[in-house]
Amino acid sequence: MNTAQNASNEFKVLGTTPTRPDGLDKVTGRAIFADDFQLPGMLHGKILRSPHAHARIVAIDTRAAAALPGVRAVVTSADFPKVEHKLTDHGAAGMMNMGEAADNCMAKDKVFYDGHAVAAVAADSPHVAAEATRLIEVEYALLPPLMSVRAAMAEDAPAIHEEYFPGAFIMPTEKCLPNASRMQFGEGDLDQGFAEADLVLEREYTAETIHQGYIESHVTTVSWDSNDQVTVWTSTQGQFALRDHLAELIHVPISDINVVPLEIGGGFGGKERTYIDSVAAVLSKKTGRPVKIAMSRDEVFRATGPSPGAHIKLKFGVKRDGALTAADLHLAYEAGAYAGGPVFLGVLSSMSRYNAPNIRVNGFDVIVNKPTMRPYRAPGAPQALFAVEQMMDELAGELNLDPIDFRMKNLARTGDRLLPGFPLAPIDTENLLKKVKAHPHYTAPLEGPNQGRGLAYSLWFNIGEASSARMQVNPDGSVTLTTASPDLSGTRIALAMQAAEALGIAVEQVTPAVADTRSIGFSAPSVGSRTTYGTGAVVCQAAQGVLKQMRERAALLWEMDPEQVTVERGVFSNGTATLSFNEVAARMFETGGPISCETTSAPDGFIPGIAAHLVDVEVDPGTGKVDILRYTIFQDVGKAVHPDYVEGQMQGAAAQGIGMALNEEYFYDEEGRMKNASLLDYRMPTALDLPMIETVILESPNPAHPFGVRGCGEISIAPPPAAIANAIHAAVGIRLNSMPMAPRKVCAALNAQRGGGNGSD
Amino acid sequence: MPEVWIPKPMQARTGGKERVRVEGRTVRRLILALDQSYPGLKDALMNGDKLKPGLAVAVDGQISRLGLLQPLKEDNEVFFVPAIGGG
Repeated sequence: MNTAQNASNEFKVLGTTPTRPDGLDKVTGRAIFADDFQLPGMLHGKILRSPHAHARIVAIDTRAAAALPGVRAVVTSADFPKVEHKLTDHGAAGMMNMGEAADNCMAKDKVFYDGHAVAAVAADSPHVAAEATRLIEVEYALLPPLMSVRAAMAEDAPAIHEEYFPGAFIMPTEKCLPNASRMQFGEGDLDQGFAEADLVLEREYTAETIHQGYIESHVTTVSWDSNDQVTVWTSTQGQFALRDHLAELIHVPISDINVVPLEIGGGFGGKERTYIDSVAAVLSKKTGRPVKIAMSRDEVFRATGPSPGAHIKLKFGVKRDGALTAADLHLAYEAGAYAGGPVFLGVLSSMSRYNAPNIRVNGFDVIVNKPTMRPYRAPGAPQALFAVEQMMDELAGELNLDPIDFRMKNLARTGDRLLPGFPLAPIDTENLLKKVKAHPHYTAPLEGPNQGRGLAYSLWFNIGEASSARMQVNPDGSVTLTTASPDLSGTRIALAMQAAEALGIAVEQVTPAVADTRSIGFSAPSVGSRTTYGTGAVVCQAAQGVLKQMRERAALLWEMDPEQVTVERGVFSNGTATLSFNEVAARMFETGGPISCETTSAPDGFIPGIAAHLVDVEVDPGTGKVDILRYTIFQDVGKAVHPDYVEGQMQGAAAQGIGMALNEEYFYDEEGRMKNASLLDYRMPTALDLPMIETVILESPNPAHPFGVRGCGEISIAPPPAAIANAIHAAVGIRLNSMPMAPRKVCAALNAQRGGGNGSD
Repeated sequence: MPEVWIPKPMQARTGGKERVRVEGRTVRRLILALDQSYPGLKDALMNGDKLKPGLAVAVDGQISRLGLLQPLKEDNEVFFVPAIGGG
């Protein structure tokens, strides 16, 4: 790791690398994950899922299953409350049509994808529950499935839903086709822009459906007690979002639900919605006993929220000097079975880092017979960048310009208008690209044939949204820090470090915890690179509240006004005498009682982060296999709170991006059944597939955070597919427009290059 | 008076203008004033007494949590932007 630019040396805690408090228990197996959780009398639930991608449910016969010894309850959609179809605002979780969310958890009249739930069983053991699901007889009337955006947008495509609310995730779209709705952004005059261009290129790209691939599946245990109090112990990115969604799905007041977040074994955006909690709740209500449901890997692939496949068309115009004159983008993203996929974020990220005076971006949210698409780490961005960053590379090549100089020519800088008309918040985009160009990797010689180097550049955002933090000072000087932000990536220690920095004490004095929904105020989920930045800012506010109280206590002891007391780095002073943080804490009960502060606040959103990736590859022309030889990430993270964990986020995101670039994809047969729903057949990268990923951390401060922190978790998943595509082109001269760039596609393109075919996949 | 950036999909209602100036002590009053000059903008931006789902309002580059209730000053720049999320 190389920290190229330190924002400040004034910090005592930030920038150090203490051990995370949850680390030892996780690596020794003592941490309690959702599947470790047990309750007395607990039953095991199992869901029967549709083997068909699109069908009408004619009849369900559960009698044989209910009669199996050990079975305690069998439920179908008839056992669930009717949920109205309307859009409701769930903050950072986006807009939701809870009626569709209910249908997604348990199909009513139709199934809309392979894996759609149709019935569920609670039994004494997981094995009996599984056996019982096999005894449920479902009669289906098959309907033709639509398995791609092009099929679903075709003129003669039948409507999958007779009616639906247009896309609801983040931003509304307007229905434009039976299965598609659209949003459009832009400015200027496209015709004029293309007329002014010296070079115009038009290209098409595709991407396949992929999954977040979190190692822990979805697991939940729900107890619906005799007082109608519902408690959920689960793995989630947002206990409050889950609570609020569940309340609507099972018709229980929000205050009667408590969601307890257990340790989470990965989420990456895929655990901010509910799939099985309402099913476990209804089974628990019916049996009067707690019910656990644990999804298998097969179910996770088929029935959660993957990342969309896409079809993207670009037309770019450019002057000879490298100035973009026009950009016309068509981004059609799969929504899955219900409208509201992450197309808006693809639209937003597609061109946010460049200025094009004449631009139009059409985003299409397209319903297909696949699971409902949900966020995956910088949702929508990798697909858009795969297209745009290849186009930028190709234009630079055509103009014989250095790829960084070309990007610099069109670079969005602080204050430039983003696509929605909003100014780019302060960030040093130029410095990042200069650092790439000055780095030894950029000019290092390649060592053999079929090797090439590629670059891609990305801009992404941190969301703000609400967070809560409570800080309790204890008489021994220790501090209990409680938040409602599930810890996906070491955020407990990152938040404790910010608390320690703000209070002027050692990080070892701060014990961080993640609370359930009855133990702290509302917080938005841990999504959108927001926890270290957004919840961190709220932790700093709570620290200020604590310090204010402690100044008042010191003033009492000194018999003076609080205004006469100052505090710096945990030492209180009246000008002549001092008291340490621990000394004031020790005397809290004689100076008025406990000292604590709870704060709920919503820091600003739209905070940008930037990253550029540089990659060297070697292509095997015989097999089409692409090896990563060298990989360097340049990322501006604001103040790096814990540089080791920042580096881990950058490397982890890049590893996932490399997986989607080269291997990962859902395979469906002609009937719309997923054929590779296991981690043996869905090929994610392993340590053997990757070199050491080098990182260069840049730290241009974020003015919206007291310590200049930016979120860093998502952005580095976006550049790898484009960077690798550009490197493959540099290595062997082929342009791959279809993601993943699997060996079969590389071979086909090389064959076409040799005159043996058209190379299309 | 505050300057409003009109979202692209709504510029048809302003005759293609992307920025307009209208009176308004709050965002809600500003939208009502906009609707007087450019009919239909209220329906495009508001749903009953709330901002449309998925929309946020930003004043001078800062997202406002007060939404329609956000007080405005003479020299404010007002944007209607999509709320954003992530993974």
